Amino acid sequence: MAETNNNHYVAKDFKSDQEVRWCPGCGDHGILASLQKTLAELDIPKEKYVFVSGIGCSSRLPYYMNTYGFHGIHGRAAAIATGIKIANPDLLVWEMTGDGDALAIGGNHFIHAIRRNIDIKIILFNNEIYGLTKGQYSPTSKKGLVTKTSPYGTIEEAFKIGELTIGAHGRFFARTVDYNLQLSNEVYKEAARFHGTAVVEVLQNCVIFNDGAFDAFTNKETRDDNTIVLHHGQPMIFGKNRDKGIILVNLKLKVVRLGEGGITEKDLLVHDAHEPNPGIHYRLAGMTYPEYPVALGVIRAISDQTYDAAMLEQHTKVQGKSKIKSVDDLLMSGSTWKVK
Amino acid sequence: MGKRSKVIERDAVVIRFSGDSGDGMQLTGTLFSNTSALFGHDISTFPDYPAEIRAPQGTVGGVSGFQVHIGHKLINTPGDFTDVLVAMNPAAVKANAMWLKAGSTIIYDSDNFTEKQIQRAGYKADPFTEDKLDSMNLIGAPITSMVKEALKDMEIDPKTVLRTKNMFALGMVYWLFDSKLKYTEDFIGEKFGKKPLVAEANSKVLRAGYYYAETIEALTPSYHISPAPIVKGTYRNINGNQATAWGFLAAAEKADLKLFIGSYPITPATGILEELALRKDLGVRSLQAEDEIAGICTAIGASFTGRLAVTSTSGPGLALKSEALNLAVMTELPLVVVDVQRGGPSTGLPTKTEQSDLWQALYGRNGESPVPVIAAGTPSDCFTYAFQAAKIAVEYMTPVILLTDSYLANGSEPWKIPSMKDMPAIKVPYAVKTDKEYQAYERDPEKLARSWAIPGTPGLEHRIGGLEKTIKGSVSYTPENHEYMVRMRDEKVERIVNEVPDLEVTGNKKGDMLVIGWGSTYGHIYTAVTELREEGYKISAAHFNYIRPLPKNTAKVFSGFGKLVVCELNTGQFANYLRMKHQRFTYHQYNRLQGLPFTVGEIKDYCKKLLEGK
Ligand SMILES: Cc1ncc(C[n+]2csc(CCOP(=O)(O)OP(=O)(O)O)c2C)c(N)n1
Ligand code: SF4
Ligand SMILES: [Mg+2]
Repeated sequence: MAETNNNHYVAKDFKSDQEVRWCPGCGDHGILASLQKTLAELDIPKEKYVFVSGIGCSSRLPYYMNTYGFHGIHGRAAAIATGIKIANPDLLVWEMTGDGDALAIGGNHFIHAIRRNIDIKIILFNNEIYGLTKGQYSPTSKKGLVTKTSPYGTIEEAFKIGELTIGAHGRFFARTVDYNLQLSNEVYKEAARFHGTAVVEVLQNCVIFNDGAFDAFTNKETRDDNTIVLHHGQPMIFGKNRDKGIILVNLKLKVVRLGEGGITEKDLLVHDAHEPNPGIHYRLAGMTYPEYPVALGVIRAISDQTYDAAMLEQHTKVQGKSKIKSVDDLLMSGSTWKVK
Repeated sequence: MGKRSKVIERDAVVIRFSGDSGDGMQLTGTLFSNTSALFGHDISTFPDYPAEIRAPQGTVGGVSGFQVHIGHKLINTPGDFTDVLVAMNPAAVKANAMWLKAGSTIIYDSDNFTEKQIQRAGYKADPFTEDKLDSMNLIGAPITSMVKEALKDMEIDPKTVLRTKNMFALGMVYWLFDSKLKYTEDFIGEKFGKKPLVAEANSKVLRAGYYYAETIEALTPSYHISPAPIVKGTYRNINGNQATAWGFLAAAEKADLKLFIGSYPITPATGILEELALRKDLGVRSLQAEDEIAGICTAIGASFTGRLAVTSTSGPGLALKSEALNLAVMTELPLVVVDVQRGGPSTGLPTKTEQSDLWQALYGRNGESPVPVIAAGTPSDCFTYAFQAAKIAVEYMTPVILLTDSYLANGSEPWKIPSMKDMPAIKVPYAVKTDKEYQAYERDPEKLARSWAIPGTPGLEHRIGGLEKTIKGSVSYTPENHEYMVRMRDEKVERIVNEVPDLEVTGNKKGDMLVIGWGSTYGHIYTAVTELREEGYKISAAHFNYIRPLPKNTAKVFSGFGKLVVCELNTGQFANYLRMKHQRFTYHQYNRLQGLPFTVGEIKDYCKKLLEGK
């Protein structure tokens, strides 16, 4: 992690001079604001950051951050970010991507970045729709969703981003909601401090093409009953009245009411984000409404060697042993002969 | 050393080692070439192997060959026809019958000429009569049984015993050419250092082959070739892929940049990634990406951070990279894309050579997409042109495509090792912080290159990407700005002409015919034209390494000749490009599409006929 240098940044310092062009009311505005706040609070020199993206509404974000930024091509943000980090591991690389960008056209790069555990932060704006191309279904659209390309409803199963991440050997997965600046801020900070690929799914409302997709989790009346915010070391309690919890029965998660059938807080699962075995994390990440509350917060964060660290270690080792220190050395190595 | 009854003094000889793909012919050929080069011969090699790693044994489709041309004169091609063929089985005879000179020597493993093997190769009874090879100097040696006999007292498994057959054949050829065994013995010692028994077996068989040839000496003449008149210096053997990789390393060192390569394995380009993956000692960061698109995208990312970035591939991979290549065009970042061409389209002929990606390199992208295109002419040339491609990429802030091909990638030749202090300097157009705000697309007035602002530098924070930008670096969709930027990108690439050396002419500047080529056909065209000149024809050759932009004096050179002939291994892609760029000339074409290099003979025949108006 780069040093802090007491810049006393405020969020405004991370705003670029470009006019923000998302639709009014789009969840992307909230994501931008909380990222700018997070970076100000982390207080790391801003020239150390590179914001990388693919193509989509979400992928416009780097233009609005007053850091180094690279707006790539559709689906390839993870590959570009990987190149940047390998080339210069001192840089702090944040990838901004959408559900289409990361999981359809860019699915291959997404899983391989995670598998390698390259130290990049992937903020995946999940609006369950293609925003920029005006409303076609995406790999996370709920089955049955009616869109312009699924006029009779989609017949495809949706990816669950957490399951996919963990399936690809993901070490860090978190979920937050666009409008919840405080939770987002906490989650981004944890991602920033984590060494390795950190995937953060942000439930993001597209007011134009998929408005209300996450109503159940954002509406003041229902959100506390329909979501659970996980904290490492804390029992899994949720609900408006904090009267519901999660237990494990026959290897399956189950929602219970505290007090019913003699259940007390002690019977509930305690969240362990650091448990390497992915079993519980996989189940938590896969919880869907209405059977379960949707899990928010850091679901999985296990420490492991990063690609960049392993790479540097290998370089040092080889350099220590090799007799080749320059191109001249290389050209003269092996079998050569002299013509006199 | 035994006395030799007949010794033939020769200027040059072509030898081809040929057998099943499991017979170790590539290694045998390489060892023979290196030994000859160490002796001071000039050499040129041409490995030719099947696409399948293990094609059905004994069939023509499974034959793997390695041709070496060694000489006392300077050698520019691996040779059209062979003087000596080593055939490990009947299929190897079948595959090479049409490439033998009259009076060639054929050394073959007679143990493998069983009825079954003969039929497998597609013969009825006797390969030599069926292919009219009876008049050749046939040397049947029971190689398999002699190898078994030589190793019968050693405790090694039968499989390992059979694997040493190639060493027996090699030993015989060494005797034939009066070569020393030392280089090969050293190599065996090194390769099997951890398995002393295997090393001993190989050495033993190598010597057994040598002594066998000596014993049957009465049957065969042996060749002597004096060393070639080569320029003084230190030499090594190098193939095209290695030379390409090393050219990038040299450019990185000269530019004081670290090298990055992101690539996905594909024949025949993989050797470049493999070579650079070794060079962690020189600070190379290499990534075997998940696909070709990731290969180029990681390279673009690395370039953004201030590394010299390259990605290597073959035709199918270049197709996958085209969208990202345009991202590098738009962001104006230095990047070299190597296309080691092979026979296409689609998977085509993965192990064979062709020059059919020229148009893909020039035009295979959406929008107005100017990219400089450079092509290497010989295996060792790949070093120079990889260096030049990197130099242009960095100094002009542009992606560059370097074209080589299967023939160059796998072919090798002796190379006079350059010294880094003699290589040209590379100036990196870094951005520096001033009082004014950094403008991403502000250009150097002479080269039109933008400046390179490296992430991590305070005060130069900026955002670039695939959307059209203004000079300042803001996204812009205005009509005038787009037209201006399109023209600027194009003009920048045109100005690279100032770096391009004048087109040289082999022979007189005026004459009846100019034979034009580009890339890997250099050696064949050069040899054909030199021989025709010796025969008295008024013919010259001009060879292109810079395709976009073309050398400034191109039209001037062309106007000195009555007829222009463009020879290339495709249907005429360069000829048509010239028709577009230099319209006032008439171009004849000589094209081949067999997955093989030209032969010197066919070029000569075509030129003679055209000159004589036939
Ligand atoms: C190669 C390529 N194919 C298709 C497109 C068109 N395209 C642009 S963005 C997009 C989908 C965007 O959806 P998502 O990634 O979810 O981003 P959002 O706009 O929803 O934030 C598509 C299909 C493109 N730009 N490039
Ligand atoms: S289309 Fe949807 S995702 Fe895109 S900016 Fe508008 S509201 Fe946001
Ligand atoms: Mg989307």
